[in-house]
Amino acid sequence: MVEITDVRKSYGNKHAVNGISFEVKEGEILGFLGPNGAGKSTTLNIITGYLSADSGSVKIDGTDILEEPLKAKKDIGFLPEIPPLYVEMTVLEYLNFVYDLKGCKLPRKQHLKEICEVVKIWDVGNRLIKNLSKGYRQRVGIAQALIGNPKVLIFDEPTIGLDPRQIIEIRNLIKMLGREHTIILSTHILPEVQAVCDRIVVINKGEIVANEKTEDLINAVDGSRKLVAKIVGPEDEVLKALRSLGGVKTAEVLGKRDTDSISYMIESQERVDIRKPLFALLSGRNWPLIGLEGMELSLEDIFMRLVGKEKDKEVGKKARKGVK
Amino acid sequence: MFAIYTRELKSYFLTPIGYIFCGMFLVVSGLIFSQTTLMLATPSTSSLGEYFLYMMAIFAVLLPLLTMKSFSEDRKSRTDQILLTSPVSILGIVLGKYLAALTVFAATFVANSFNFVLLFMYGTPNAASIFMNIFGIFLLGAAFLAVGVFLSSLTENQLIAAVSAMGVNAAMLLISFIADGIENTFWRTVFKWFSVVDRFEPFTNQMLDISAIIYYISLAAIAIFLTTRVIEKRRWA
Repeated sequence: MVEITDVRKSYGNKHAVNGISFEVKEGEILGFLGPNGAGKSTTLNIITGYLSADSGSVKIDGTDILEEPLKAKKDIGFLPEIPPLYVEMTVLEYLNFVYDLKGCKLPRKQHLKEICEVVKIWDVGNRLIKNLSKGYRQRVGIAQALIGNPKVLIFDEPTIGLDPRQIIEIRNLIKMLGREHTIILSTHILPEVQAVCDRIVVINKGEIVANEKTEDLINAVDGSRKLVAKIVGPEDEVLKALRSLGGVKTAEVLGKRDTDSISYMIESQERVDIRKPLFALLSGRNWPLIGLEGMELSLEDIFMRLVGKEKDKEVGKKARKGVK
Repeated sequence: MFAIYTRELKSYFLTPIGYIFCGMFLVVSGLIFSQTTLMLATPSTSSLGEYFLYMMAIFAVLLPLLTMKSFSEDRKSRTDQILLTSPVSILGIVLGKYLAALTVFAATFVANSFNFVLLFMYGTPNAASIFMNIFGIFLLGAAFLAVGVFLSSLTENQLIAAVSAMGVNAAMLLISFIADGIENTFWRTVFKWFSVVDRFEPFTNQMLDISAIIYYISLAAIAIFLTTRVIEKRRWA
């Protein structure tokens, strides 16, 4: 649906985007991840045709954004980092303007009402945008992107500056939209990606450092998995049984918070799922399992490792150069 | 383009700027009009020529009020992102904004024509002369607006856009006086050729000078073309 091939862009001497290529398939929610200043917004601005790349190409549903901009732009709904709102207008005035601007052909009233209901701004429809709170403005920004029902939605840090409840609402909204749209979601908040995205592209300093399915990325960086199991049973015997279970690397007592159960930390070997054998073992011995939690590496860890790796490489390169 | 045109037109009257422009225009024009015609004129002569000359100077200062925010405000509030990522051509965006400013100007100008109605009620003015003058000065205003739009595309700051437009407009007016002081015939002709005031002369003499019409229209067209180039170029910056 979206094809980005070897896109480069520099500002003066600074390479903001340095040869990025990736593809987003139809119906996919792609997380576009990177630290601040990694080139995320620049890339998104290039994809939407706001900026032009120095070289490389962007195709939306097979249409090149530079060769046929009007056709390609019809398929994109874009929420930039700062929502592009005309604050002197009311919400409905603004949405009607965007409707006309995009040359939308859907039945006007019904379409706008549907969108307002999806993003929950119907009740503020007649208020001036400048009097709305940040959360509402963000939603008006999302509503604007949805007008015309474009195939591709691009959100640049949609949850920034929102309170936790709003963040969850917006995330759920994006998940819901993902059923019918192809979505690129840029963020530097990692749990967001973990919660919403099918696939993740990580960029750092204008280059892609990872492009994987969300679970694969987690596994790729650290193959082994840790589980925390709360088990009711005699400590020594349980520990012994756990350690002898196939696929288990280590098992140790984590603590006794409840009176009758004990928490164990179980580390499995790489790419082995021990949850089923674990359950069989415990039910066989009649030791109730009252809690099981995955201690997957969070994306924070992964991110630090990916970005850290790059740094190590660079340090290495510099060191080698120094030797020469 | 039509969506942008309508929005711009509305926004002139959602913010005070539209009212300020209309009010100032009508008050100042009314004052000058009564001074130049009703107060000073002798029964046999009317000094409409003087009125239009004053109005040129007023235009140079007032018209930038309409165009100062055209592009600078969009750029500052980042609303240019929705315009430039929508399926609209850059020329469409520029024309939408320009025509909105032109419409406000034209509408105010029509309201201003009440002044001339008074002349017809109490005297026998030369209708052809009045119409030619109005036509000419409207073209001149249209050119000033285009220059203003162009200058507003160069900056994020409305004040800079307004003041620089006033400066450029004033320069285009004053070039005529500078030309008068030049001895060298070649340079004087060149300066006169560019002067918006000298180009206006045929209209005051009730002549429909095609070259003058083309001059004003091409001035506007060049400014609009340059605006599209500035916006296009910014994408590559």
